[in-house]
Amino acid sequence: MSGQPSIRDTFFEECEELLEALVEGLADMEDPDHSKETVNAVFRAVHSIKGGAGAFGLDELVHFAHTFETVMDKVRSDTLDVDPELLRLFQRSGDQLADLVEAARDDRDPNRDIQVVVLAELQKYLGDEDEEEEIEFDAMGLDFGGPLDLTDISDDSSEPSSQMISIRFVPKRSLFENGHEPLLLFDAIAELGTLTVSADISAVPDFDEFDSDEPHIVWELTLETDESETVLHEVFEFVDSLCDITITVHRNESASEPPPAVVDLGLPEEPVAPEPSSDPTAAEPLAKPVAVASPSSPSSAASAAAPAADRDHRGPKPTLRVDLDRVDRLINTVGELIINQAMIVQRIEELDLPSGANLTNELEAYKLLARDIQEGVMAIRAQPVKPLFQRMSRIVREASDATGKSARMVTVGDSTEVDKTVIERLADPLTHMVRNAVDHGLETPEKRIAAGKDEVGTIRMSAAHRSGSVFIEIGDDGAGLNRPRILETAINKGLVSPEADLTETEIDNLLFLPGFSTASEVSNLSGRGVGMDVVKNAVQALGGRVSITSTPGKGTTFTIVLPLTLAVMDGFVISVAQETMVIPIASILETVTPNARDLHRIGLNGEVLRVRGRYVPIVDVAHNLGLERNSDSNGNGVLLLVETEMQELNALRVEAIHDQRQVVIKSLESNYGRIPGVSAATILGDGKIALILDPEELVKLNSGDVAPMPIIANQEELHHAAHT
Amino acid sequence: MTTKVLAIDDSRTIRNLLRLSLETAGFEFHSACDGVEGVARFSEVNPDVVITDINMPNMDGYGVIETLRTKDKTSVPIIVLTTESSDDLKARARAAGATGWIVKPFDDTSLVSVLRRLTGHAA
Amino acid sequence: MQPTPEASEGKTFKFVAFSAGSQSYCLEITQIREIRRWAAVTALPHTPSDVLGVMNLRGAVIPIFDLAARFGLGKTPDNERNVVIVAAAGGNTIGLLVESVSEILSVNTDTIQQTPDIKSEATRNSIQGVIAIDEEMIRVVNLDAVLGADAGIAA
Repeated sequence: MSGQPSIRDTFFEECEELLEALVEGLADMEDPDHSKETVNAVFRAVHSIKGGAGAFGLDELVHFAHTFETVMDKVRSDTLDVDPELLRLFQRSGDQLADLVEAARDDRDPNRDIQVVVLAELQKYLGDEDEEEEIEFDAMGLDFGGPLDLTDISDDSSEPSSQMISIRFVPKRSLFENGHEPLLLFDAIAELGTLTVSADISAVPDFDEFDSDEPHIVWELTLETDESETVLHEVFEFVDSLCDITITVHRNESASEPPPAVVDLGLPEEPVAPEPSSDPTAAEPLAKPVAVASPSSPSSAASAAAPAADRDHRGPKPTLRVDLDRVDRLINTVGELIINQAMIVQRIEELDLPSGANLTNELEAYKLLARDIQEGVMAIRAQPVKPLFQRMSRIVREASDATGKSARMVTVGDSTEVDKTVIERLADPLTHMVRNAVDHGLETPEKRIAAGKDEVGTIRMSAAHRSGSVFIEIGDDGAGLNRPRILETAINKGLVSPEADLTETEIDNLLFLPGFSTASEVSNLSGRGVGMDVVKNAVQALGGRVSITSTPGKGTTFTIVLPLTLAVMDGFVISVAQETMVIPIASILETVTPNARDLHRIGLNGEVLRVRGRYVPIVDVAHNLGLERNSDSNGNGVLLLVETEMQELNALRVEAIHDQRQVVIKSLESNYGRIPGVSAATILGDGKIALILDPEELVKLNSGDVAPMPIIANQEELHHAAHT
Repeated sequence: MTTKVLAIDDSRTIRNLLRLSLETAGFEFHSACDGVEGVARFSEVNPDVVITDINMPNMDGYGVIETLRTKDKTSVPIIVLTTESSDDLKARARAAGATGWIVKPFDDTSLVSVLRRLTGHAA
Repeated sequence: MQPTPEASEGKTFKFVAFSAGSQSYCLEITQIREIRRWAAVTALPHTPSDVLGVMNLRGAVIPIFDLAARFGLGKTPDNERNVVIVAAAGGNTIGLLVESVSEILSVNTDTIQQTPDIKSEATRNSIQGVIAIDEEMIRVVNLDAVLGADAGIAA
C-alpha cells in the first residue's frame, strides 16, 4: 500500500489540515470555558494522524501520536485537568507532531532531541499503568475479544493433519441483530474443508406461538479439514458472544457420520425456510422509507445541531482540487475578457451614439459581470492566512525556547484571504520578523517584571483588508527600538554620515538597509545572515511595502501592505512624454496642480514643490525614463505626491491624468527583462500596451540610486561596440 | 450484483486506502466523512456492508451503529474500523450492534476476505 | 531541436527566409510562431535603439527587436512591407522586425555550411550557419544569441 504515492500525498495533505485543526483547537482550549467538542476535535486530529501514519508504516509518528493522544484522552475523559502547563505541553507536542509529519513527508530525520523531551513530559501524565500499553499493530483484529466456549478441545491444534471437528452452534437473537448471517458463517467454514451442516429445529415452536425474535435453531456442523483449529476460531471471532459454540476436535479419524440430524441443509445450496424467519428484519422489511435526519429522533437531533455549531471552526468543507495551472490559465483568460470589455467600451464610445442608448446599460452590465467573474476567479487563488499564522505561533514557541524568553502569540483576522503566491512567499519574511520580534523585540522576563509588564511577552499578528490592500502587522510589546544604538551601528558601518540629522522614522528605516544586520546583534536565533533588507526585498517583489512604528517601552510593530491580488491593480491612466502610462493609485497620496509660485529651482536641475510649508523634491517622470518631455504640454503638468519607504515625500511630474481604472498586470520580465522605473505593463482598451510605473524606483532614479540602464543595455553597448 | 460498501471515516487517507483496496477487489465503494453523513448516505446507497470509524465528528461510530440498527432497522453487517483493539471497545461496539471489527492499519487482503465472508458475495 | 551544421544526418528542415538590412536570413520554421504586419509599439524606456518596444500579442506583452539594427546594419526603414516575425526561444516570445518575408525553404542539413570566419564575433555568434542557394547566401539566425538568452533577457 505504501507504493501508492498519490494516496501518500493525500495523507500528508490531510495531515496539514489536521495539524491546522489541532493548533486551532489548542488555541481554543486556552479559553477556560472551552467546549468538550473542542477537546474532542483536538483528540480526533491527533488520532486521525496516527491512523493514517499506521497505514504507511510511519512507526515513529504513530508512537508519538499515540502517546499524545493517550494524554489527550485523559483530558477528554475528565481524568486530567487542563492547566496552562499542560496546554503548553500540548502545543509543543503539536509542534513535534508537525515536525514528524514533515520529516516523514520529506524523508528526513525528525528533530529527535526535542521529541524525546516532549515524549518524556507526556509520559509523566500517563504514569505507570499506561506506560506499557503499546499499540498493537497486528495486521488485523485477530485477537479474541472474550472467552470462547472452547470445551472439549482434546489436543493442541497446531497439527495440520486432517481432522474432524464437530461444532455445535446456537445463535442468539443478537447475532442476527448485529448483522450476522449463519449461512455465511458456514460458507466461510466450508472453505476450510468439507463441511456437513444439519439443523435441529426441535426447539422451533408451532407457528401460532412463533416468536420470530428468537432463533430457536441449533446447528450441528462437522468439518473435515487440514487447517488448524485456530483458523476456525477466526471465523467465529466476531460472533463469540452472540452465540453458544461448542467445538470438539476428533483427531485422525476418518470422515465419520455427522451427528443425528433432523434437517439436512446440504450447504451451499439455497437456504431453507427456518433461517429467514428467524431474522428480525424479515418481519419488518427495509422498504420503509427512513427519515434519517428527522429531528424527532433524539440521536439525530443532537447530531444535526452539532454541525451547525461547528460549522465555522471545524469540519471539512466540501472542496474541489484543481490543478493550479488551470486556475492560472483561467485568470489569464479573464484578464483578456477585462481588456476586451474595455476595448468594446472604447469602440462604442468612438461610435458617438446618442445618449441614453440602450447599449449603454447593457455595456454597464457587461462590465459589472466581467468584474464579478474576475473577482470570483481571483478568489480561487485566495487563501486564509491562518495556516501561515499558525506556523508563526510555532516559530514564537521555538524562538522563546531558544532565547529563554516567554512569549505568547495573539492573532487577529486570520481568516483574511490573500493570494496563494503571496502566502507562500511571505512565509520566510514573516518567520524572520517573528524571530526578530521575540529575540530583539521582547525583553527578558526579569526586565519585563522590573518594567511592571506581564512577564510573558505578546507577539501580535494581524491581517486585514483595507482599501484594496492587505495589511499584515507583526507587533511586539517589548522595549521598542533602541534608536541611539541603531544610529550608532549605521554610522559605524558607514551607512549614514555622522552629521546626518535623522528623524525617528528615518532611523527606524535604517534597519532595512542592506548590510545593517550586525555581528554584535547576531544571536543563535535571528542571526542567519538575513537582514531586514531581505524581508523588504521579498515584500517589494510582491508589490508591497513594509514600514515600522515603534514606541520606547511599548513595543515595535512592522506593517506589511500588499496588493490584494497580483493580477490586477487600480491605477491612474496618465500621459508622460505623449505616451500613455499607468501609475498605481495605492502609491499616490494626493495629486497637485501646481501654481508657479509653489515651484522653486534648486541647483542646476533640481526643482521642489512647496506643499503646506514643506519642500518636496520634484521627480520628472519623462526625464527619468529617458523620454523627451512634451514642450507644448500644458505648463507644469500634474504632480503626484508619493511617499517612499523611507517616508520621504516626492512629487512625480506627469503631463496629465486621464482616467482611473482597474488594469490587468502583465509582466514585462517574462519576455524581456527589468526596466528601471517600470514595474510591469498593461493592455488598454485600444489594445495598446501601457507601461505601469514604479514610483519608488522613479524616485531612486532621480536621486541616482539606480543605474538608469538595465543589464541588457550594458551588454548591448558591448555588442554594438564590437560592430563599429 | 456488485457488493456495495459504505465506509464512514473522517480521515481522507483512510477513505482513500479503503477505496483503493475495495474497488480493486471489485466492491462498489461509497464513503462518508462523519457519522451524520454516514447515516444519511446509508439510506441513499443501501449498502450491503458498512465500515465505520469510531472517533468521528458529529456522530461517533457507536452512534452510527445504534442509529442504523434501531432506526434503520438494518441487519447488514457493520464493521468497526479502529486503531484500538481493547475488549472494552469491542464490547461497546458489539452492544451497539456491530458485526465485527478491523484494527487499523488494516491489511487489505484480510479486509476483503472479512467483507466477503460477512456479505457472502464474491465481490 | 535546432538543426546544427555538424549534425549531418541529411535531414530536411523547413526554413523561413526573410530579408533584414538588405541581407538574406532565415529561421527554422518550428521557432516561428507567426508573422504579423507591423503595428505601432509602445516604446520602452532605458533600452537600446534596436529594442523598438513592446507589442500586444493576444494579451501577452512581447518585445520587438529591429533585427537589422541588432546586427549592426542600421535601423530598418519604415515600409509597408515590413513584418514582425514572432518567434519563441528559451521560453521567451519575441518579435523581430524585418523588411520582408520571401519564401519557405526546404533545406537538407547537409547543405548548411559553417559560418565563414568573419571579423565580428558578435555577428558570427548570431549566425548559426549559411545556406547557399544559387548565387545567394542565406544566413541561418541563431535566435538564442540574437535574443541574448545568455546576454540579458530575463528567463
